[in-house]
Formats: sequence, C-alpha cells, structure tokens
Amino acid sequence: MNHPHDPFQACGSAAHFSRRSLLKSMGLLSASWLTPLADLLAVEAEQAPKGKPARSVIMLWMGGAPSQLDTFDPHPGSKIAGGLGAIPTAIKGVNFAPGLEQTASVMQDVSVIRSMVSLEGDHERAFYNIKTGYRPNPTLVHPSIGSIICHELPDAKIEIPTHVSIMPNQWPARGGFLGAEYDAFQIGDPLNPVPDVRAPVEGKRQDHRLDGLSVVERAFAKGRRTDLDQQTLHLATMDKARKLMTSDQLKAFDVSKVPTAERKAYGDTSFGRSCLAAVRLIEAGVRCVEITLNGWDTHANNLEGQGKQVAVLDPAYATLIKELKQRGLLEHTIVVCGGEFGRTPNINVVGGRDHWPTGFSMLVAGGGFAGGRVIGETDPTGEKKDPSNPVRVEDLHATVQSLMGIDHTKEVITPIGRPITLSEGRIIKELGA
Amino acid sequence: MKNFLLQHKCLEWLRNGVFLAVIVTGTCLAIGRLWSPHPLVGKSGPQVKESNAGFQETVAKVNSAFQEEWKANALKAAEPAPNLTVARRLALSLAGTLPSVQEIRALEAQPEPDQVAWWISHLLSDQRFSDYFAERFARAFVGVDDGPFIVYRRRRLVEWLSAALTNNKPYDQLVREMIDAKGVWTTHPEVNFVTATVIPDRGPDKAKLAARVSRAFLGVRMDCVECHDGKLDLTWKQQDFHRLAAFFGPAQMALGGLQDDPQHPYEYRFLKKKEPEVVPAVVPWSPELVPDAGDSRQRLATWVTAPGNRPFARAIVNRVWALMFNRPLVTPVDSIPLEGPFPAALEILAEDFTQHGCDLRRLIRLVASTQVFQVDSRSSNDAEPQTELAEDHWATFPLTRLRPEQMAGSLIQASSLTTLDAETHILYRLKRQADTGEFLKRYGDFGEDEFGSQSGTIPQRLLMMNGNAVQDHVKPNPLFNASTRIATVAPDNTAAVETAYLAVFSRRPTPEEVAYFIDKLNVEQNQKPDMMADLYWTLMNATEFSWNH
Repeated sequence: MNHPHDPFQACGSAAHFSRRSLLKSMGLLSASWLTPLADLLAVEAEQAPKGKPARSVIMLWMGGAPSQLDTFDPHPGSKIAGGLGAIPTAIKGVNFAPGLEQTASVMQDVSVIRSMVSLEGDHERAFYNIKTGYRPNPTLVHPSIGSIICHELPDAKIEIPTHVSIMPNQWPARGGFLGAEYDAFQIGDPLNPVPDVRAPVEGKRQDHRLDGLSVVERAFAKGRRTDLDQQTLHLATMDKARKLMTSDQLKAFDVSKVPTAERKAYGDTSFGRSCLAAVRLIEAGVRCVEITLNGWDTHANNLEGQGKQVAVLDPAYATLIKELKQRGLLEHTIVVCGGEFGRTPNINVVGGRDHWPTGFSMLVAGGGFAGGRVIGETDPTGEKKDPSNPVRVEDLHATVQSLMGIDHTKEVITPIGRPITLSEGRIIKELGA
Repeated sequence: MKNFLLQHKCLEWLRNGVFLAVIVTGTCLAIGRLWSPHPLVGKSGPQVKESNAGFQETVAKVNSAFQEEWKANALKAAEPAPNLTVARRLALSLAGTLPSVQEIRALEAQPEPDQVAWWISHLLSDQRFSDYFAERFARAFVGVDDGPFIVYRRRRLVEWLSAALTNNKPYDQLVREMIDAKGVWTTHPEVNFVTATVIPDRGPDKAKLAARVSRAFLGVRMDCVECHDGKLDLTWKQQDFHRLAAFFGPAQMALGGLQDDPQHPYEYRFLKKKEPEVVPAVVPWSPELVPDAGDSRQRLATWVTAPGNRPFARAIVNRVWALMFNRPLVTPVDSIPLEGPFPAALEILAEDFTQHGCDLRRLIRLVASTQVFQVDSRSSNDAEPQTELAEDHWATFPLTRLRPEQMAGSLIQASSLTTLDAETHILYRLKRQADTGEFLKRYGDFGEDEFGSQSGTIPQRLLMMNGNAVQDHVKPNPLFNASTRIATVAPDNTAAVETAYLAVFSRRPTPEEVAYFIDKLNVEQNQKPDMMADLYWTLMNATEFSWNH
C-alpha cells in the first residue's frame, strides 16, 4: 500500500497515531535519543513508502525585519499605507507592494502567510526565535532549523558542508545542544573564494608540513590510550577537512564562472549571487542553505529604506524560484523568506516604522508547500493588533520539519536533562500541496 | 599654515619612529635574554590576604581519598607529570593561555621543588588570571549575550568580578552583593547580575534569576520545573521554583536604578490554574538558615551563602575544579544532586572552603596542589598505556579538548616569545584583543556551556590549517612572529627547534623530533623563516596543541 507523504492530512488523524507515537505514549521514547530498540521498532513501522519528502531547505532571512505593509501585505489607500500603492500578483485578488513585480509573477508557486505572530520584539531574541522555533532560554541553546534537519537527515555522500550560511549577520545558524558540528558553515559573498579551504603553501612545503605531523603525533601518542584517535577524532576531522579542500563539489560555491547574463537575472548584488550559489549548492546535495539580507530595520525613512531592500530582494527571489523550478529542484526544495518580525502599522515622527511581532508576513514555496495561497489577514486600519488565522513561528518550524519527512514531535533529551520535542508547533494544514 | 602642517607631519613621523625603535629595541633585548643564563623574571602583582592554615592537611585528605578510590578499582596512579606540563595546565586553566618562553626561562630558574608553587603564585598575581576567571564566572552568572540595551553593561560586571578576584574578595560576599544589588548598573556594576534579565516594560525576569541563582550559586537545576513538575527527576515541584523566584518579586527598575518595592509581590499562574496567584518567597531547603530580618533579596542572599548551606560551597568547588581540569568532578557542572552521593574530594574541598572564609585563591591552590592535578596524562610504561577507567577515576590527568578561548590564547601567546600580559605595550594588547576576537568568530565559541563535550569541527580544522587567523601568526614576520625571530636569532638549529617546542608545546622535543626537524632547517639562512613557519604550522595543527594533557 502506498501512503503518500502528506503531513497536512496525517496530523491529528488516526493514521498519524503511528507505532512511533504509540511507543512514545508508553514512555519508551522519552528517556533518551530514541532508545535503540524503540527506534528500531519505530523505524520499522514507518518504513512503508510515503511519497517523496522534501530534500533541501533554503531559508532567506530578511535581517532587521521587513515591513509587511511595504512588501507582501500592503493596504493601499488606508491611513497606515503611508501613501504606498499596490500591484497585482499571480494570485487573483492578492496585491503586493510596488517594486515586487517579479516576485508577484511567480506567486502561483509561492504562498504568503500574512499572519505570522511571535512574542519577541527584540532583534536578537526574535532572530533566535525565528531560526530555532523556540524562545531564548538561559539554560539551553536550541538548534537552528537547518541544524535539526542535518542532524535528522545525515548524508554520507556529500563531502562539502551540508549546512551553509551565506553572508550571515551576527547570529548565524547554530547547532546548539546538538553540537558545534551542526553549526552552519559560513561564507561571504559567493564571488569571493570559500574561506579557509586553500592551503597557504603548496606542493613540497605542504607535504613537509603534513609529514612532520606524523612525527609529532607519534611522540604524543606514547603511553596514552590505545584508542587515542577515536578519543580525540583530531586526525579523522583533519582528514575530512582535507577531503573537503580537494572536493570537486566545492565548485558549487563558485559563481564567478556563471555567465554574466545568468548572474544578472538575480540582480547584481551579493544577495542575488547568494541565491544563485544556493541553487548550485542544493543541486550538489547540500541540505540547508541560509542567506541573510540585512538592512530592513527602518525606524526612520521607512518608505525609502524598504524600497531599496525590495529592489534587491525582488529579482533575486523571483529568479531563485524560477530557476529551482526549471531545474526540477523546487518540488523537493523548501524556500522560506521573511524577517524576524514585522513593522508597525503606524508611521512614527521621523517617517519610520518600529517593531511589530504580530501579523507579519512570510513567503513559503516548494518541497510540498502549496503555491498560490494566502493565510491570514491583518487589520487594514492597523488598530486591531492580532491578525486572523494566526500562524506562530513554531508552527512554521513544525510544518517545514514535517515536509522534510521529520517527525517534529520526536522528543530528545537535552544536555540539561529536559526532554524537548524538535518543534512545539502545529502543522499549518492550509499550506498542503 | 602649510609649513606648520609639514612640521606637524614631521613631528608625527618622528614620534612614530621613536615609538617603533623603542618596541624593536625592547623586543630584541628581551629575545636576546631568552638565550641568556639570567632569564627575565615576571613581576608579581599586589599581595593579597590568603589563608594558609591547615592547607597541607586538606591536600593530604584529598590525595588519600583518591588513593583509596584507585585501590578499590585496582588502578595505579600515573607518575608525576613534568613541571612544564603542570605549568601549561595551570596557564591554560588560570589565564587561558600558554606559558611564554620568557616565563618558562624564569620558571626553570627556580629550584625544581619550588617551581609549581612559584608558578601558581606568579599566575594568581597576574591581571590575566583575574580577567580570565572573571569572564568564566560571568558566563555562569549572566551568560554571554549582550542582553537588554541601556540597563545592562556586561563589561562593567566582568570588570567588577575581575577586581574582586584581584583583591580576593570572599566568594560569599561577592555572591551576596550580586543577589542583593541595588542602584544604577553603571555605578554599581554588581546590579548587572539582575538587570541582565530585564524585559522591556516588565522589569527583571524573576524566573530567569531563580534559574541563575539555583544553577550558578547552588549547583541545582530547578529551572527544569519552571513550567511543570519534574517528569524524570521528582525532586522538585513547579511550586518550589516559583517560590524561589518570589524572592526577586519586589525587584523593580526605578528612577534610581534597581530597587526593591515590597508592595510588588511575585505572581504566577501555575499549570492547570485559571488565574495567577501571589507566590510566597520560600527557600527549597534548609528554611532555618533564612534570617528573619532584612528585605526579600537580603534574606535570600544570606541563605544562599550561609556556611550551613553546603550546596553553595559544593557548587563553586565543582566549578573551579572544572575550570582547572576542563572537566568537573560532578557532571554537568551545575547539577549536583542535593542528597549526594558526592565525590570525596568535593566534600573535603567544600568543607575547607567554608571553614576558610570562602577563599577562592586558596581553593585554586588546593586543587593545583593535589596529586591528581599533578599526575601525568600518559603512562611511563609502554606496555601499560593509559585507560579510560584511569581517566574516569583521575588516576591519570584526563585528556580534554581546549576550549575556544584557550585555543585563541595559546595561538597568540605561542607566536610571541615574550609574555603578552597587562604590562605588554598597549599596541600589542590591542592586537591581541583583535586577534582573539577574529579567531573566536571563525573558530566558534562555546558560550555558556563551557564544559559540554563539544566535538571538534571541520571548519575549526580548516581554520587551523589554512585560515588567516593562524597564518598571520605563523608566516614570516620579523616584527610580530616568534617563528621568524627564532629563525633569525637562535644560535643553532637545535636551539631553534627547542625554542619552537617550548613556545608551542611547553616542552622540549624528543630526540626523534629534534633529528627530524633540524634536518628540515638545514637550509640557506634566507629560507629559514619559511622552514620555521612550516614547523610552527605542524606543531599548531597537532593533537597536542589542541588538547589539555
């Protein structure tokens, strides 16, 4: 019997009361990282083919928080619009802010959530929240969504890092309690070479350096544990690093040889080049790519500031979606785009908009997300704070994990001994393809 | 005007020239003396009061407790480690760096039996110790985040902790001052302990403060029951946690900074309750130690630090032990079971700490003086290599990965022959600060979880092999890098190899290593800086450099 993978249908239904959840309800799974026996039974029970879950994720973080009113949720003609008009999109009756014409044209493949809500109105805390699905907690560092996915879905075939952060701000994706090995591999503008992968000396001198190492290692190992190499994993990690240095897959990072016309379609910006690199990395087998576009924090001159950002985002985002689709990658690549929160409906005395964590917008596409849908609605007068049909940050996380074929309700034991589920959110059923 | 500018420019050049000449002359003199029979001796800092009574008795008690443990497990203690190895451990644990070649020469000028004690005194009187330990404590007390803007100045708190360590302020007093802090965060830096948790418009986060107090000062993780009763560990109920948090209920931000307003009780809506309720301030154990007098936070501070409240002493002993071994006696460092069982050493040291005025320096000296701190991390008998069991029972010094800041400190110090300390020229110190920041940015930082079993990562290895943060400290550079200076000043190749080993590994090379590397240095003089750079690269990329042993 073929059960298509459909988290939207399955959640909460009798079918979802799987062997795994049954075992969990019996307390078998809550005591540790899936105890071996329980895990075996659970995996066995769930091995029936379930269609194709998504394979990769691209997270586009709009750092500083875009104004929903100046991007994906305009209210033209209202007091809160700030004089901004609107343009139609490929979704009938749905308008975007001017400047997003290219994005508007790909909306048949993209859905927009206009009712994102969170409890965090400070950039650092909200970034933590949007990246991990959890609120900051002094006792625990939660892993980012990309780290969870790479931890749950390891891939031995890939020699380059499976979790990449392009142009991160001060809060790059972290492995948190899963360990530093799940931190994102950070790179800058893809026009520049990948950092630290080229040996500073070549040929004989590099050989000298490495040959000397065996002499030093031999002296250190004397009288120590016979399993010293397994204990430290130092040499094994070094071998992996050296493998990466010579891997053919590294080429995926290099966009300098991509024809100029192809590059220009993304806009001649570092963000555009990052989106181009993301496509190539996903194609090479990378699991998670996050790209940051900072500069949305427009406490003054909002209209002008948002307009400049939109001009960078629009060609890059639209081309990314188009190219993923053209290459047959969109169906198994999730693309999420949004900021850590939104901006106030009211415009302040210096023409800016301030922080607004209730009713901000996110775009979702690919990997099982339906296209052409709109979730939630904000008040056009700006007086009502709460949007209709609110989607919590953790709900987005639960949905992404679920589309990747990960049971987001799986409990893990954190280093502080507290059991925690991969996500505490609920699956957003309305976004099922 | 033009003439004036020209003159001004000339003066500037002249000043820069004099400045450079002073640095170059100074460093050349210092380097010259590294090979002289009368090495430089580090200056000692201010003398502070430390308690010595019963010191040797406590060390003997700890030693015999471990000896009994080894006997029971049929283990034999490793031989004492060489003094230089112990010196490396101490420099890493107390200052987050390596001994400089300059310091090694000074150490070796002391009579051999006195070397370790001399070295401990040298480090404890050094500003690097106060600054380094202050940062480690701050991580446990307030975390690493910048926290709330305006009302929180982490840097001020770290400086305050550093000054307290320099003056050896009794630890119980230090903790009381933080819990009971009042006033403005800039003029009363201890206030930042509380304001680190401030939520805009809501004031200090009482639950966060209860979590910090219980974990950092008492070694108890009560925050696991913040939202519901314990699921796995049934020791605590949700009510216990919030009753502790209630001591911070009156803490409010006012015009004069942090103040207590008794009219402000702590309210919380417990699980399955419809309405929030006023929660009374009640301690989770030993209520008899709470004084009747004083305001809410004063009473809590007195209870936390009461001599009869043994978890307080256990928590700091376990933390200091962890900082010195990179591994706590009880894991995790801030979760010590209230009713035990306790490792014998924890109890002996906690008792000593309580009896001797909560003296942190005495505690550090005690730990450093124990047999377990000074045993070798390897076996002297090739036929009987070390085992995991021996490491678990401290019969051999446990091998642990250096924390990121120790890696940064080691890298930067190893690339300088002279000591980089508070007396180093400001330019060097600024460079050191910038280099540390750059290194940690790329290498990663453990944040608060300093003793978690973090594995090494591929980007870390790539950074060490190829990164600029490392290459800049290794490549030929006659002004800043030790490798080049050794290549140009060392009297012969053997001395060059030995000096590089002392700088990077704090030991001398084995005959096999000497033979191998002097052969590589057998090149024209102008190629030597490159060859020394290669040797430095090799040493810095070896397991030995990245691990405490």
